[in-house]
Amino acid sequence: MMRVLIPSQLRSYTHGASEVAGTGATLEELTRNLDVAFPGIRFRIIDEQDRIRRHIRIFVNGDAVNTLAISLAQSDEVQIVGALTGG
Amino acid sequence: MKRKTANRISKKAPLRPARRSIARHARKSRVTLMVGTRKGAWLFHSGPERREWTIDGPHFLGHIVNHLMLDPRDGATMLMASKTGHLGPTIFRSTDMGRTWTEASRPPAFPKVSEGQRAQAVDYTFSIAPAHPSEPGVWYATTCPPGLFRSEDAGVTWAPVAGWNEHPMYWQWNNPDAGTPDGAILQWVTIDPRDPAHMYLVTSTGGVFESRDQAASWRPLNKNVEVSFIPDPAPEYGQDTHCLQMHPLTPDRLYQQSHCGIYRLDRPGEEWVRIGRNMPLEIGDIGFPIVLHPRDPDSAWVFPMDGTTVWPRTSPGGRPAVYRTRDAGKSWERQDGGLPRAQAWMTVKRQGFTADDRDPLGLYFGTTCGELWASADEGKRWRQLAAHLPEIFSVEAATVA
Repeated sequence: MMRVLIPSQLRSYTHGASEVAGTGATLEELTRNLDVAFPGIRFRIIDEQDRIRRHIRIFVNGDAVNTLAISLAQSDEVQIVGALTGG
Repeated sequence: MKRKTANRISKKAPLRPARRSIARHARKSRVTLMVGTRKGAWLFHSGPERREWTIDGPHFLGHIVNHLMLDPRDGATMLMASKTGHLGPTIFRSTDMGRTWTEASRPPAFPKVSEGQRAQAVDYTFSIAPAHPSEPGVWYATTCPPGLFRSEDAGVTWAPVAGWNEHPMYWQWNNPDAGTPDGAILQWVTIDPRDPAHMYLVTSTGGVFESRDQAASWRPLNKNVEVSFIPDPAPEYGQDTHCLQMHPLTPDRLYQQSHCGIYRLDRPGEEWVRIGRNMPLEIGDIGFPIVLHPRDPDSAWVFPMDGTTVWPRTSPGGRPAVYRTRDAGKSWERQDGGLPRAQAWMTVKRQGFTADDRDPLGLYFGTTCGELWASADEGKRWRQLAAHLPEIFSVEAATVA
């Protein structure tokens, strides 16, 4: 199971957890599996064209990714970040 | 000629509810205001006389709430269109007047397209509207970019309406390079109480559109509505209709506050009449919302804003007022009792002005400065219900037992 770090904006879906366990061979699979465990979470961060939303960043082992077609290993750490400035 | 028609319509007394039943209704009922803001939602609950109000909120603090509405058909289902700065758009549902909320399992979303096709994603839902009373549980949602969506399970799941979203003229009617600072929007849907298949749509880039086959096909309905700043000042489509209202008792009577003026249309006519020409010249007829009197098709209210020079769209001269017509737009009267006399630069957006159904009629508007104002006497006197809310996007009123 890989570590998935959840930002404050999404913890209403994870019952307050800042870190959850995820599965999936790709980032696409991981987000779909997360949505099974935490219904609704995926559409808040991935749009209907399977693009990462504008003010969401996803890091895999500290590296920013911009596509869901990224292979993942069970030892990976995935961090979801809410990224927006302004008031 | 048109004015005579208007007067005749206003005298259709049998359409009006009996005054005695209104009074009985008023004694028992209270009003709930649903206020959507840039940073959450608030509910305001009145006492029976609408003098005392209790504030309930914030709900979803920090969420961008464009619109929330109670289903008048069941008096229980409340839907809220929401997103946040970071997170994508969704719909929340409550069946206990906002005490608890659950999220739609399938919010409005465009179909996924193949590579190379024009891809659209809902940025936010602008409005939600209960469908015809003969279709309980059916709702429509309108979005930015312009999309029409339908739910048949009281807002749990939503499906795109292909008749609009995939119309052959979609990209002409919904110019992606035009629209509001927050993008081009499909603003709302209005349904004829006599016929669920007869609908109107309002857009920020195309104007008014009509369907007679329950959203399967559409045609523009903008004749005489001006777009004063482009080479063709009265195009077939391309208008920015800010607000369209159909009178509930006389559904052939339409009013609109457009980007360029206030208009009335009496169907089956096709040509809008700019009734805003009868507003005082120094006030003009620029604004966002228009509100109707549910028992008088000749009565309407607007909130004029400055449309000169760079279009500040604040109360002209810093002296806010609503303007009322009692004769279908032939004349207008200023109503500013209780409103600030100077240095009040109010902006009221498209969904920010509404009425209840009590007698006398209650009126309510919310400003972009976060002020909520109410009148319990059809606009004669105004009082401030709240002064420091976030930017107000929408105000809806529901009468509850």
